[in-house]
Amino acid sequence: MSLVNYLVLSAILFSLGATTVLLRRNAIIVFMGVELMLNASNLALVTFSRMHGNLTGQVLAFFVMVVAAAEVVVGLAVIIAIFRTRKSASVDDVNLLKS
Amino acid sequence: MSDFSAPDVQWGALSPIVVVLGAAVVAVLVEAFVPARLRRTVQLVLALAATAGAILAVALLWGGVKDDGGTKVLGGSVLVDGPTLVLQGTIALLALLSILIIADRTATGEDAFAPSAASVPGSDYEQLSRRLGLRQTEVYPLVLFATGGMLIFPAAGDLLTLFVALEVLSLPLYLLTGMARRRRLLSQEASMKYFLLGAFASALFLFGIVLVYGYCGSLSYAEIASAVQTPSDLDALLLVGSVLILAGLLFKVGAVPFHTWTPDVYQGAPTPITGFMAACTKVAAFGALLRVVYTVFPDLQWDLQVLMWVVAIATMVVGTGIALVQTDMKRILAYSSIAHAGFILTGIVSLDQAGITAVLFYLLVYGAATVGSFGIVWLVREKSADEILGEATHLSQWAGLGRRHPVLALAFAFFLLSFAGIPLTAGFAGKFGVFSAAVAGGDWPLALIGVLASSAAAFFYVRIIVLMFFTGPSGERDVLVGDGGGASTAAYVPPVPVVIGSDGTVAEMEPVGQVAVVTRPDEALAVLEGAEVAHGVTTTVVRSEGPALIAITVCVAITAILGVAPSGIVSAISHVAHFLP
Repeated sequence: MSLVNYLVLSAILFSLGATTVLLRRNAIIVFMGVELMLNASNLALVTFSRMHGNLTGQVLAFFVMVVAAAEVVVGLAVIIAIFRTRKSASVDDVNLLKS
Repeated sequence: MSDFSAPDVQWGALSPIVVVLGAAVVAVLVEAFVPARLRRTVQLVLALAATAGAILAVALLWGGVKDDGGTKVLGGSVLVDGPTLVLQGTIALLALLSILIIADRTATGEDAFAPSAASVPGSDYEQLSRRLGLRQTEVYPLVLFATGGMLIFPAAGDLLTLFVALEVLSLPLYLLTGMARRRRLLSQEASMKYFLLGAFASALFLFGIVLVYGYCGSLSYAEIASAVQTPSDLDALLLVGSVLILAGLLFKVGAVPFHTWTPDVYQGAPTPITGFMAACTKVAAFGALLRVVYTVFPDLQWDLQVLMWVVAIATMVVGTGIALVQTDMKRILAYSSIAHAGFILTGIVSLDQAGITAVLFYLLVYGAATVGSFGIVWLVREKSADEILGEATHLSQWAGLGRRHPVLALAFAFFLLSFAGIPLTAGFAGKFGVFSAAVAGGDWPLALIGVLASSAAAFFYVRIIVLMFFTGPSGERDVLVGDGGGASTAAYVPPVPVVIGSDGTVAEMEPVGQVAVVTRPDEALAVLEGAEVAHGVTTTVVRSEGPALIAITVCVAITAILGVAPSGIVSAISHVAHFLP
């Protein structure tokens, strides 16, 4: 099977993630979209790494996993703080800040 | 594969980064092991020592870099060259000043941060933690981690380091944004917006890195730059990748169309953090952008030039235009910072050697005025009959401030004049530098639009000065009804008539040493329910413990000295303003 298939899959996953971020209204789902984008990047990294025959891409994929984990910690903390205050995690409800 | 040789690391060249990140790790341990009553002192001393140590380390490295042009550390992952040192020195200095403002407290021992950020606003638990006088000292390690990330960001020599540095500087800022003591709902909302948009931007940035890696097979700046020179049939990969990388950096900079988070986050975040974020993040992000544009993608300039032009023009026009109609001081400063991002971009787009020096100088000038002005915004408070409330950020509340607090108002006016770029302030030297670099690079239309935008911007800066000095604090007035942004302003300013200094005096403060007890329901929560909270609110300048005043004084001094005699610093920067290839 051609390696390009993996890249196509990765692009599809990334687009799905980006669409989720832009269209969904629940902060948790939006955040899952971001995670999907990061993991799509990981898939592309590993594929490119295989194509180029060096390990740089795989190393970066590990760093991305660590960063994604750190982002989950911070992100869920923020979202939970908001949810406990408002009993809602909808990004449409947070609209106090306007010009 | 059996023999492993330890890598040779030049720790000396890394010392500014190591000092700050090391102190951040120690600060986490301090949080765990030092008794509560000593914690704030220890954290403060540690944070100030770390940033001062970073400045010292930059000074020690300066001579060597000036002679040999810089070194590649960690196999080229970190580039310690002239621009890196200038940027690291600027970031460390601005972080030091910001920490002084962050550490400052009112006479009653209140700082800018919620006693317990995890507590639900308006809950009994929050009341309890306020009554007990709890303090959040986690702020200091978070600020140190963010500063560490910012020190790495402009020094990164490959895209992996750039990505990790981006996250190290962003994640603490997401948390710090949500920690305000007052108006906690706004603060939490700003935090969530910043986080979701920031995570989205860094995901796009990462995909840009992936595509560029796919094209070049390497993450190192030098190898990407040489791969870019040889065309191949995969150019689309490279172009999309580089645009996504630039988009990620432009998001951090706050350039249009990636600016939408800026006003909300600047307004919602605790004011000392806003100052830190506005100054230091911008310096770090512009440093990284400068390096990427000048050393990684210079051969793509025919393709990327149009994009950068559009972004620079849109940023100047939108930033200035929207700032004109704002009524909230923090939002005005936020849009002004967007406009400044546009001015700095004109210096970057020029791709001219003089542009590097001009941008580095502009960042120092802009940063000093920003930290100082947000420091002043933090000191100007609302005051009800018996207690100090949050910052008086509505523009009308600043009327007549110059008559009652002339020194502070003069300092603020001076920062505004520097933002506007009036001669004899540092802002003028900065703007002159970037615009002349743009002209030298052949981008005179950009410089022209920049000059026009600055003159339009001068209008709203001068309007604030007129408001402070020449508008009397006259009797009662309603700040909300019929006001430009009427209904939406009411979302955070209680819908009641605001009395501005009707008695002409500044009422007494609470006695020193007494813990502030907030007996009212939380103002932000009350706003949600549409309740009226405050009556007879006046504007006052809070009496603080002093560090913020020191920081503001230093910022005034920097702005004045660089305004009157910029040539010394400019020539010092231009001697070292060469990127390592």
